[in-house]
Amino acid sequence: MSEKVLMKGNEAIAEAAIIAGCRHYFGYPITPQTEIAAYMAKKMPKIGGTFLQAESEIAAINMVYGVSSAGLRVMTSSSSPGVSLKGEGLSYLAGADLPALIVNVQRGGPGLGGIQPSQSDYFQATRGGGHGDYHMIVLAPASVQEMAELTVKGFELADTYRMTSMILADGTMGQMMEPVALDDLRVNPMPAKPWATTGTGMKRPHNIVNSLFLQPEELEKFNFERYERYARIEETEALAEEYLMDDAEIAVAAFGIAARVSKNAIDEARKMGIKVGLIRPITLWPFPKAVFRKAADHVKSMISVELSMGQMIEDVRLAAECRVPVSLCNRAGGMIPSPDQVLAAIVSAAKGGH
Amino acid sequence: MKTTQFLFSGFGGQGILFAGKFLAYKGLIEGKQVSWLPSYGPEMRGGTASCSVIVSDGAVGSPIVSKPDVLVAMNLPSLDRFENAVVPGGMIFADSTLIGRKVARDDVKAFYVPATQLANENGYPTLANMILLGKILAELGEFDEDSVNAALSKVISAKHADMKEVNLNALHSGMAQ
Amino acid sequence: MVVFKKPHALTDAPFHYCPGCTHGIVHRLVAEVIDELGIEGKTIGIAPVGCSVMAYNYFNCDMIEAAHGRAPAVATGVKRANPDNIVFTYQGDGDLASIGMAETVHSAARNENITIIFINNAIYGMTGGQMAPTSLPGQVTQTSPYGRDVKACGYPIRVCEMLSELEGPEYLERVTVNSVPNIRKAKKAIKKAFQNQIEGKGFSLVEVISSCPTNWGMTPQAALKWIDEKMIPYYPLGVYKDRSAEKKEENA
Repeated sequence: MSEKVLMKGNEAIAEAAIIAGCRHYFGYPITPQTEIAAYMAKKMPKIGGTFLQAESEIAAINMVYGVSSAGLRVMTSSSSPGVSLKGEGLSYLAGADLPALIVNVQRGGPGLGGIQPSQSDYFQATRGGGHGDYHMIVLAPASVQEMAELTVKGFELADTYRMTSMILADGTMGQMMEPVALDDLRVNPMPAKPWATTGTGMKRPHNIVNSLFLQPEELEKFNFERYERYARIEETEALAEEYLMDDAEIAVAAFGIAARVSKNAIDEARKMGIKVGLIRPITLWPFPKAVFRKAADHVKSMISVELSMGQMIEDVRLAAECRVPVSLCNRAGGMIPSPDQVLAAIVSAAKGGH
Repeated sequence: MKTTQFLFSGFGGQGILFAGKFLAYKGLIEGKQVSWLPSYGPEMRGGTASCSVIVSDGAVGSPIVSKPDVLVAMNLPSLDRFENAVVPGGMIFADSTLIGRKVARDDVKAFYVPATQLANENGYPTLANMILLGKILAELGEFDEDSVNAALSKVISAKHADMKEVNLNALHSGMAQ
Repeated sequence: MVVFKKPHALTDAPFHYCPGCTHGIVHRLVAEVIDELGIEGKTIGIAPVGCSVMAYNYFNCDMIEAAHGRAPAVATGVKRANPDNIVFTYQGDGDLASIGMAETVHSAARNENITIIFINNAIYGMTGGQMAPTSLPGQVTQTSPYGRDVKACGYPIRVCEMLSELEGPEYLERVTVNSVPNIRKAKKAIKKAFQNQIEGKGFSLVEVISSCPTNWGMTPQAALKWIDEKMIPYYPLGVYKDRSAEKKEENA
């Protein structure tokens, strides 16, 4: 075990990206993720990398598109309003099957919203964020250590499946400091990228990175192929943490900061004799459906705890196949549910109410 | 399992975040689980600042301290806002130079330290935060010279190494209160 | 004896451009320059959205298709990733001077070491002839059916003049391809724009005043004449910035 240091979640993402071999970062200042850009601005010039403050989030994501076309690991980060601007680029990255890592340290919305923590970009992230049929791999860290670990994993999954990975964090995850052990991070070698546009060297036919297919038959074929890949990812890459679920009669579903708050409430409820556990999705896409399906066999009800008006709850209901009632315990607009609020929801569920 | 939840609150610029970070590092050095979470807002200086620090023998759940065991109030608005949030039996440390009133509750232990005045008199006007921390560590019985030293080395960059001794002096002067 | 052949840097794919369109000429000039400089193997081209969207099928070098207006940002990424590559974008007026204006201005301000070929034909071609940021005052298009009313939709943008006010860019020149002498001058400018990149001098943009007979509603010959009569008076040809030449003059 290596020495642990205290780091902000945002800084852990930045350092983990460098450890993962990312040498190109493009961003635009926006609270509460600016520490990532600041960290990269300081570090990248010293290790021969690129830090560039782009003229807009739109330009930043398209610079990412360029570096990814060249076959290198690349990332950008932003917060909710900025990620909306990146939506165009996310769709193009998907259409051209380009790997990249996008970080969204969410804040309250819609519109300019606020700057306090939120999880209200769940739909945007898990449904793709831009136009067209596509997905991103969406990873939801719940600790600073996971901010680092999932950053490395995000790059690796992106390269393996030639698609975009998104770290879906929130203001607390970005701003909080916890002990983190970066020396323990293991990075697998990057796969070969024979499709990259690095110059033909007059030795091979030209590579084309493209998302335009004017023949609908051809475009349909690519969509079907992409969804076959997505199906494989859903089978193999879904991840969730289960906490006290073995004998649980109530399952709390929560990710990120909401899961941390829920754990406190669950510990209190257990002291009161209520059999309650937590399912914490670590991948939001692919959603860990099997875990919820299995839980629906033995729990009486589920509670989705969210910093939104109720977005993940739809996936929880679908995964549980509507066999058990699922209620919502939430705050929105930058507010965070308290352990007491979650505990009250658990107590109410234990009494049979929803 | 012992968990202590700290809430530091005051004006921006009073070293609220620094004090919290020092305490978190001290816990980490002592082999505990810790978390540190700042409030963040659009203000850079002069607005309100607060930070949550949790030091625990076990895993830290929510990093948000809404019911502090220990409240450190460095101005009146902070005491007004958070006094009632403190758990019964908890502790409140107030900078009595800047806070004219007493703690109204009788189910918590209140400590008044004229930290800002002491800091000014001792020639380190920016270290009222560390004076208060010295008092807190003394009252908690957690002033361990080694881990305090090691934590100071973590939060004070090598460039400002001369500040380490001054901070240590401030901690000691708080302890003596 | 071979007297005329396709440049190697062009593929055998037949162009989809309308008869009389000057895109074909400019494609050929770019390809000839790539051949002459011997850089095909390390060149990456970025295609825009617009009539030349499928340029990726026509150039033999590696190609990337960018989102509308974003080619300079994509080029920035490619060039930063592999500085040894020669990176060019090929963009129309809607792409470069309307939706992508921010990317254009900021890549110029950064003196990004890339080459931009800017086709200004004062109209949106691919979507069927709508008003462009460079459509002339009074010009009739599908979305300015009574002629471009500058009171309602403002004045056309002179890109070279505007960018020349920036400290950043190395080289800005406006050329046209409506006659053989003009085509020769255009090729010289394009070659210089690539040569500058090879020498690490920075952002080089060549604006090529081009014709769109289909959407202008003219014969190809009339369109070439219209360039002389209408376009060039508003968009004068010439070098708008050449930092290296300016420096040489200062030293002399």
